[in-house]
Order: sequence, then structure tokens, then C-alpha cells
Amino acid sequence: MARMKFLCDADRCIECQACVTACKNEHEVPWGINRRRVVTINDGLPGERSVSMACMHCTDAPCASVCPVSCFYTTDDGVVLHNKDTCIGCGYCSYACPFGAPQYPQTANFGTRGKMDKCTYCSGGPEPDMSQAEYVKYGANRLAEGKLPLCAEMCSTKALLAGDGDIIADIYRERVVTRGYGSGAWGWRTAYGDTVTV
Amino acid sequence: MTYLSKLLAALSVVLAFGLVAPVAQAQVNPTQSSVNEDAMFQALGGENTVLSGRTTIPDREAGVLIKPDNKAWAVLQGSTLHTLSIVAVVGMIALLTLFYVIRGKIRVDSGLSGRTILRFNSIERFAHWTLASTFIILALTGLNLIIGKSVILPLFGESAFGTLSAWGKIAHNYLAWPFMAALVMIVLLWIIHNIPDKVDMEWIKQGGGLLKKGVHPPARKFNAGQKVIFWTVVIGGAGLSYTGIMLLFPAEAGTAADWQFYQIIHALIAAALSAIVIAHIYIGSVGMEGAFDAMGSGEVDENWAKEHHSLWVEEVKATQKRNTTQVTTPAE
Repeated sequence: MARMKFLCDADRCIECQACVTACKNEHEVPWGINRRRVVTINDGLPGERSVSMACMHCTDAPCASVCPVSCFYTTDDGVVLHNKDTCIGCGYCSYACPFGAPQYPQTANFGTRGKMDKCTYCSGGPEPDMSQAEYVKYGANRLAEGKLPLCAEMCSTKALLAGDGDIIADIYRERVVTRGYGSGAWGWRTAYGDTVTV
Repeated sequence: MTYLSKLLAALSVVLAFGLVAPVAQAQVNPTQSSVNEDAMFQALGGENTVLSGRTTIPDREAGVLIKPDNKAWAVLQGSTLHTLSIVAVVGMIALLTLFYVIRGKIRVDSGLSGRTILRFNSIERFAHWTLASTFIILALTGLNLIIGKSVILPLFGESAFGTLSAWGKIAHNYLAWPFMAALVMIVLLWIIHNIPDKVDMEWIKQGGGLLKKGVHPPARKFNAGQKVIFWTVVIGGAGLSYTGIMLLFPAEAGTAADWQFYQIIHALIAAALSAIVIAHIYIGSVGMEGAFDAMGSGEVDENWAKEHHSLWVEEVKATQKRNTTQVTTPAE
């Protein structure tokens, strides 16, 4: 089985926000929810780099360990998903996540947040694959259709890679060797305990 | 054919330039000194730091790219607090069971007199039961958030447990307010009776008469043990209230790290206070004969009162005598 991961090659990312837009459009994500965002480091300074970040689908996901209702589960592909029917919107996962992935659709009195929403690696939720119920709650299930996440597929510079961790790490390694530099596999050490070494 | 060869020639020119240009550039490539994740983390102070930048989302928190520290809180919340809470509650229940087996129910040694004396009036009982009922629901729903996934979830299944926890969260958020109001009430009503004094020293020296039969150290309205409960509830309750408000209004709490700190403190106080309150419930119900009446009907048996609150009974009798004298003595 593949172990799905994201890898953003910051040396290629041009901060065009196509991944953000693709994600919002593909899943009909409501206003105010950002399953993916682009963060620019050292903005305006020499060596500035942009990184597209979403849920990294961590190994031993911290969100899952703090969830009071255990609504998280990891699929056979290593994708971390959650059940919105069980979620109570407590917000704990957002404090456990190192990547700012969990999003909430509302802010009402006493910190009421509504059901958590996050990147599903374009693979829906616990409902039957590609069902309407799944689409309404989690968005499209491209993985079930045999496709990769749309953010990576849409990436204009192929900076954002999605796929089996070993394969995308090899692609990245090859790029770094070829061009002679690389700013690293952002978030990998935090998410998976080890980064891509060249 | 000529068209194709022209195209090939053009392509080769492009390729030649294309290949040469990057090589020439590579020697002075400024991108090679680009920001590097590992180097950045090291420069910012190791793994435990926040890596942030700028984003187009109008929320500064969204600019935080990687925050490995959050994983430390996840471990604390996900396993440390989980274990601690279970130890606190189960440990206290085990201790009390052991105490019950050894000491048994504490009886009124001189037997029940049948005459009663008013110990807590209706306002005091209202404050106590508002505090008690809200605390029990808050404690159970709070405990559910910490250990429910390993206790309730296997029993009821994910769907029912999710619904239960969602209602529990609402109850927790809203019942916190009557809890705080009742906390203020008991402070106003009882603080005067709970100032430590010399009598308490003697009570503590004699172990409150808890351990030996027939031992009844003197006490006023509240003995030293009850004073300890009072101050634990007041200080613990105030701590829970403050940290709880911070958790309810995350924006007021400050940064995410501050919120995490309040959450840990909230859970630690809650575990300790729950354990102490379980002991309080025990001694006020099955643990001691006649004790429940004090908060039940408010009227306690006179012999119970004499044994456990001798000085208070004298005070009450003296006041009653004064009052009756005043009423029955006609004006001159």
C-alpha cells in the first residue's frame, strides 16, 4: 500500500495560489475555510520562499491523540480523515496540529466552532465513496476515482507533489541533485519524524 | 522535409542556449542561498519554535507555517492528563472503599435524640445544591472529554458517544455560569465560618475523630476538615472558573500556547477537585450517620450536632435562649 504524502518544493513555488483555488473549487469549501494556504517565508528578502501547506497526514497524528471523541482515523493509504458526525467542534485538534490544518465553519458564543473541516487528501470521509453525503460533508473523493489531490495536479510549476511518500521523495531528491540546491521537504520532520535527505 | 529540418535547427539553437544559459547562471545563482527548513529551525532555536511567514488570509495565525511545539501539548493532553485523571478518580474511590471496609459507617455514638436543630437554612442549601449539581455535571462532562474515549466509547459506539459528548460540551459550557454564581454565594455565606482558628489545631491533632470511634474533637459550625473542603472548593473553583473562561474565549486567552497552558491547568485542578469532592460526597452520605440531613432537610439530630460541632451547638443554644428571653420579657 502506498503511504500518501505531500511535498512542497519551495524552490519551485511561485505563490500563485492555484492550489488554494483548486481546493476551494473542487470541494466547494465554504467561505472562511482554508484547507490549504500558501505561506511566504522571508517575504521581500533575499532567499524568500513560499510553501503551500495543508494537513500533512502525519504519522501518529497529534490531532487524533487529543480528540476527545476519537473521530480521526487513518486510511490504508496513510491519509488522516475524520468523521464529522462524531466531531463536537471542541477545537482541540487545532491546538495539537503543528500545521494549522483544522478549520471551523463558525464562531459563535462560548467558542462554539461547528464541525471541524480539513484537507482530506481529496479522499472524502467515512461515507460511501463518491456518494452525495460524502461530497456535502467532505468534498470530492478523487482518490476513489484513481486520481491524486487536485492542488498538486493543478500546480503550475509542479512545486507541490502528492503521491506515495517514497516516490515523491525520490522526485524531489533528483531535482535537488540536478539543480544543486533545495530548501528542504517542509514539515516532513515534524509530520513524519524524518526529512528527505539528499 | 526542409520544414522539419528548419524546425530541428531552430530547436537545437534554443536547446543550446537553454543548456548554456543555466550553467552560466548557476555560478552566480542567488537562489542557492535560499531559506532552508532545517537551517531556519536551527536559527530560530531548535525544534521547539514557531516557523511563520506571510499569507494572504486575513488571519495572522494562518501565517504560522510549522509549530512542532503543538505536539508536546498533544502528548500531555492525549496521554498524560488521560492517565492522571483516571488515577485521581479511581484512586480516590479505592481509598474510600478501603476506609469504609476498615472504619465502616461513622455512627452517632450517643444514638439519635429525635430532636433536631437547624444547621443550614434554605438559602445555604440552595447555594450548596446549585454548586453541587452543576459541579457533578461539569465534572462528569469534563471527565468524559478526557477519558470518555477509552471508557464510554467502547460501551456505546462512536455515534452515540459523539452525540452524548456534543450535549456534554454544551452542558459544560453553559452550566459553568450557575456554578460560578453558586461559588460566589457560598463564599459570601460561609467565608466568615471558615477562617482557621485555634480550635482547628486541636481537631487536626485528634484526626478529626475520623480514625477512632468515640473521639469527637470540638468544632464550631465548620470543623477543620470542612474548612479544608471549603477552601479547596473556593480556590479550586476560582481556578477552574478563570481558566475555563479563558478556554471559552480563546481570543482573550492570548496565544495558542497560553490556551494550551490554561487547558492543562484546568484539567489538573479538575482532576484534583473531583477526587476531593468524591471524598466529600462519601462522608456526607454513606460515610457518616446523620450527616446528610444537614444539607437534606437542613435539620440535624441534636446528638449528631453535639458530637461533631459541639461549640456550634452551644452558640446556637445561647442565641436561642437570648432570643426567647427577649421575647418573653415584657417591657417595663
